[in-house]
Amino acid sequence: MFEWFSATDVSVVLEGTTVLDGVTLDVRAGEVLALVGPNGAGKSTLLRVLSGELKPTRGEVRLGERAIGRIPHLELAQLRSVLTQENGVSFPFRVIEVVSMGRAPWARTIEGRDDIAAVSEALKAADVAHLANRRYTNLSGGERARVSLARVLAQRAQTIMLDEPTASLDLKHQEDVMKVARRLADEGRAVVVVLHDLSLASAYADRLALVSGGTLEALGSPAEVLTEQRVERVYGLPVQLHLVGGRPVVVPVRG
Amino acid sequence: MAAASTVTRAGRGVILTVCLAVILVGGVVLAAVIGQLAVTPAEVVGSVLRAVGIQNPWAPTDPIVESTLWVVRFPRIAMGLAVGAALAVAGAVMQAIFGNPLAEPGVVGVSSGGALGASIAIVLGVTAFGSGAIAAFAFLGGLGATLLVYFVSRANGRTEVVTLLLTGIAVNAFAGAGLAFLLFVADSGGREQIVFWQLGSLNGSRWPEVAIVAVVAVVGTVVTLGLGRRYDLLALGERNARHLGVNVEALRIGSIVLVALLTGVAVAFCGIIAFVGLVVPHVIRMAIGPAHRPLIVASAFGGGALLVVSDLIARSVVPGADLPIGLLTSLIGGPFFFFLLFRQRSRSGGWA
Repeated sequence: MFEWFSATDVSVVLEGTTVLDGVTLDVRAGEVLALVGPNGAGKSTLLRVLSGELKPTRGEVRLGERAIGRIPHLELAQLRSVLTQENGVSFPFRVIEVVSMGRAPWARTIEGRDDIAAVSEALKAADVAHLANRRYTNLSGGERARVSLARVLAQRAQTIMLDEPTASLDLKHQEDVMKVARRLADEGRAVVVVLHDLSLASAYADRLALVSGGTLEALGSPAEVLTEQRVERVYGLPVQLHLVGGRPVVVPVRG
Repeated sequence: MAAASTVTRAGRGVILTVCLAVILVGGVVLAAVIGQLAVTPAEVVGSVLRAVGIQNPWAPTDPIVESTLWVVRFPRIAMGLAVGAALAVAGAVMQAIFGNPLAEPGVVGVSSGGALGASIAIVLGVTAFGSGAIAAFAFLGGLGATLLVYFVSRANGRTEVVTLLLTGIAVNAFAGAGLAFLLFVADSGGREQIVFWQLGSLNGSRWPEVAIVAVVAVVGTVVTLGLGRRYDLLALGERNARHLGVNVEALRIGSIVLVALLTGVAVAFCGIIAFVGLVVPHVIRMAIGPAHRPLIVASAFGGGALLVVSDLIARSVVPGADLPIGLLTSLIGGPFFFFLLFRQRSRSGGWA
């Protein structure tokens, strides 16, 4: 039985500063949920709390019926995979070795038989199959980001959490990553993704969670969340919205 | 890359294994043959065969040859193998948990912590309780130094090279001061023993001591091997390792105890033999890549081979004199360390 993540009235206080304040959010199967908001709004913190990495000061994160803190490290790793913004690797491992590390939670389980298939599929999905024998430490920033994504995909968890997966990618690879996220959700998995590009989030996500100043400003479909007034208020920048294929595209008012 | 990939990884593994085997076996035989009393290789083989119950015509008839081999040379060779393995594996583990190829028990002060512990044991006279007492003190000293370095040099889950090396300087300075004080208060016998510890030597190794070091080295290596995959994941950084199901805190603390045990037991009986834990895993990594399981196995054998050969050179390069082996490994290790520093600097433009 699949279990899904839910946060109830979650607050996080770091060094006396309230980083997250009373956020309630659920992650649903078959859905891409995008966390958007200005720099320092608390998007990454929210993702860290959801993933079980950071214990909230108040409130609770549950996975199905269980409090997330009670789930052992290894079991949690089988239930959800996380792409962080830390993509450094200490030693010159080869790309294929790094991606194979995503299979570690399944070692000595029946799922272990899928290791090779999972790794080669992930290499293709992240468009890094041609880099398989290169040393990770010799790759460019964008290539590293894609290899890290491949590692997270190889983990084959039901819930996939991605913290700014498109940050150092070119236009095409940004689209590719979001298409992969879309496909994972269509397979029945849940995808939570932190994004900066509102138009990109709008194009691929089922729901947007707009975070601002540690609180959940709005939660709903892209068309519901993205209004000119709200984006202008949250980001402090006048914008125009255009509908492309029924989804809002955000363009700053210039000049 | 093209040149590197013409030899496959499996091929590199085979080449490394053959090289290590040749150096190891060659070093052991040479170390048994060469010395003030010349022994032929046939006598060495014959003596070993006779010891395992196979009668043969090559076995030495001269009891002096027999006792030279079994009382002096064999325990010394076995000690070299065990200490080399322990130090090299300790180095590999330390580099894994610090996520930094420059972490090494000698450089960051774990060895001198162990030597300080051993010297305290000598001055306090606990040696009366047997050599196990010195080992215990050396272990505690090494553990204290490792914990200190670990907690001081880590910030936000990372270890900066500069912080690590500076912490090493501080720990080495403090342990040096402690050693100097102990030298000052010790009687002349104790003083001699402490000086011996600082220089490092395999001279005078005896079977009971060899057994202790060998057991620790073998158990430590086996435990480390079991943790090998987790060390691989740790290379992704603390957070990513945790997201992949590794209990990072438990792994770190367990590994620190392992490093202190491996280094402490080596230091307790042979003194400070620096740079083995730096040079060996590094060379192996360059040859077969950073995956920890093969790295640890190869480091254990490589460390043993390096120490047996170094010890052979140390005791035969100056006729009639037994140079401290620590001097020799530092002579090789120092320049190697420079080489690593410069290489890292030219690649990443120095450290912030």
